[in-house]
Amino acid sequence: MDQFLQQIINGVQLGSIYALIALGYTMVYGVLRLINFAHGDVFMIGAFVGFYAAKALKLTEQPTLGGALLTLLPVLLLTMAVCALLGLVIERFAYRPLRRAPRLTALITAIGVSLFLVNSAQLIFGADPKFFPSVTPQGEAGTLQLGRVTIAKDQMILVISAALLMAVLTYIVNHTRMGKAMRAVSHDADAAALMGVNIDRVIAFTFGLGAALAGAGGVLFASLTYAKILPLMGVQMGLKAFVAAVVGGIGSIPGAMLGGLLMGLSESFVKGAPAIGGFEPSRFADAVAFILLIVVLLIRPAGLLGRFAPEKV
Amino acid sequence: MVQVRLSRNAFFRLLAPSLAAACLLSVGCKPADNGGAAGGGSAAAGGEILIGHFASMSGDTSTFGVETDNGVRLAMKEINEAGGILGKKVRVDTQDDQSKPEEAKTVVTGFAADPNVVAVIGEVASTRSLNAAPVLQRAGIPMVSPSSTNPAVTKVGDYIFRVCFIDPFQGSVMAKFAREDLKVSRAAILRDQQSDYSVGLADVFKREFEKLGGTVIKDVSYNAKDHDFRSQLAQVKDAEAIFIPGYYGEVGTIARQARELGIKAPLMGGDGWDSEKLIEGAGGAGKALEGCYFSNHYSKDDKSNERSQKFVEAYTKEYGKAPSGLAALGYDAMMIVADAIKRGGAAERDKIKEALAQTKDYPAVTGDITIDANRNATKPAVVLEIQGAEFVYKKTIQPEAGA
Repeated sequence: MDQFLQQIINGVQLGSIYALIALGYTMVYGVLRLINFAHGDVFMIGAFVGFYAAKALKLTEQPTLGGALLTLLPVLLLTMAVCALLGLVIERFAYRPLRRAPRLTALITAIGVSLFLVNSAQLIFGADPKFFPSVTPQGEAGTLQLGRVTIAKDQMILVISAALLMAVLTYIVNHTRMGKAMRAVSHDADAAALMGVNIDRVIAFTFGLGAALAGAGGVLFASLTYAKILPLMGVQMGLKAFVAAVVGGIGSIPGAMLGGLLMGLSESFVKGAPAIGGFEPSRFADAVAFILLIVVLLIRPAGLLGRFAPEKV
Repeated sequence: MVQVRLSRNAFFRLLAPSLAAACLLSVGCKPADNGGAAGGGSAAAGGEILIGHFASMSGDTSTFGVETDNGVRLAMKEINEAGGILGKKVRVDTQDDQSKPEEAKTVVTGFAADPNVVAVIGEVASTRSLNAAPVLQRAGIPMVSPSSTNPAVTKVGDYIFRVCFIDPFQGSVMAKFAREDLKVSRAAILRDQQSDYSVGLADVFKREFEKLGGTVIKDVSYNAKDHDFRSQLAQVKDAEAIFIPGYYGEVGTIARQARELGIKAPLMGGDGWDSEKLIEGAGGAGKALEGCYFSNHYSKDDKSNERSQKFVEAYTKEYGKAPSGLAALGYDAMMIVADAIKRGGAAERDKIKEALAQTKDYPAVTGDITIDANRNATKPAVVLEIQGAEFVYKKTIQPEAGA
């Protein structure tokens, strides 16, 4: 039973990262009907920016959780700003000129941008793995024991930070004018334009917001899960986050969060599943994501929380 | 007034294709640099001996390639300073396979196409060696792997050799150490399912550990490209020791996540841990990997060997830091190839191959090397303990007689 709980905790942590990235996919799809394949790589750039920022600020391990959070905050904010800028630049130069072009063109451009980001990162940062300096208390001081379940404090910070970011996003989308504009544009772009909404601004804002979230995800991921930072890390994470967005219903923000959580949980359970006879489920952890996608789409073609909007001719 | 203004459309129609053409042209014409292998063959036939070296100079396991290459080049330098082989200077052409198996194959295909390459050294990772070996076997170029330990590598053909021990021995080393020194009876294994090295070594450890009376309570897999290993680690929480025969890139992360989950058991590994970046990945010195052990080919602290001491001095002088096991093996690989050329009497592929197969008791830095009938070397292994930022020599384990 406690292993089950442990897997849930791991799953929620993993799912939070997927959710943060998935939100970017879903928001951009909502306003532009475009799958921004370069989004996973913004996550990767965020991790690198965070890494170099941490090195520049000479971050060291803090004895307390609060201290760790305080040291991490400037890195997080800086990275979010840089990634938002990156998102704006990508939108302005790669996607805006193609606003009136067929959807396929924009899609291919997105793939191009993704390749460009990955290879530039490889050129500039080098392809050898880098490790974020540890800021949170390690070992014993870094874990919380609840009975037989061990929760790493890093996991907690990650989940709470991700939740906070998602709450901020929900507030922006539902209670601000810009958020209303975003929802209007994703509902019907032409009608919104006729109503006086500045489409270009809204789309740029959406990109920036999504990119900032991905960048935040990158920093949280790099600093709190001790993963090695590589130029190719965005590809796999981006793919799974994209699947999460689709599973939850592409275009739906709560859908992206739900999808991310589901993906994280299912992956965690499969990885943690004990071997049955000679069969080892953990080998299929990656496949689970896609099997889940297929199953969900068969049952609900628009995703779990998506709206099935048939094209009315 | 005639005003010529290029419309935006026409501008792009002109600019875009010309830019694309310029890019393609500049990329397609590869300048002949030191690395250019395909059709590069310059002046080799005349006064120099060309040896190819393919290694992971960049990518996930970049320290493997860089350290091995350092050893190879130090050997090359010493050979040339002593007058070369058969009166000719040696030149090593190092190609980067970026830690990717497909790239390794591409790179050695370049070597195979070059008639001036008489022998190839490489690779460290067994998966990359396995990908490259068939190409070199078909081309009839002797390949000497400095540190691939999966037994399948030399089985590819009679042109493929190695100067290190193989995993059937290495696995038993850690199994023995765990049973006899750490007094462990319940161990778990965490293997990288996509690495031939990891899978092979894990299988051997399991077999040997159980033969020595221990129990492997859990044997779980991970994917090296993954970032989160907590789910797998949760399954092995109760083991007295965990064997993780992976590469240094992910081992550090695994160790940190393990410690977070409250796993206090010592972790054990193989020579894939040997890298200066290992401890960095574990959060720094004295952190997650403190007091853990791994088997390796060589320890610079091993004072029993005088050649080793000389090598350590020369290497430290040349590169400013102490050599790792991989550097020593790179050095030995180059030296053995040079020795084979000398014994064979000519810098020709077949003669080198024959001479390599007959290598007996060659006094190498990592021990006396005899190439057996399977083209492997029978050598002792050392067990190293991680203390602070150092890999401290713990003990040497000799191969069983007739192993």
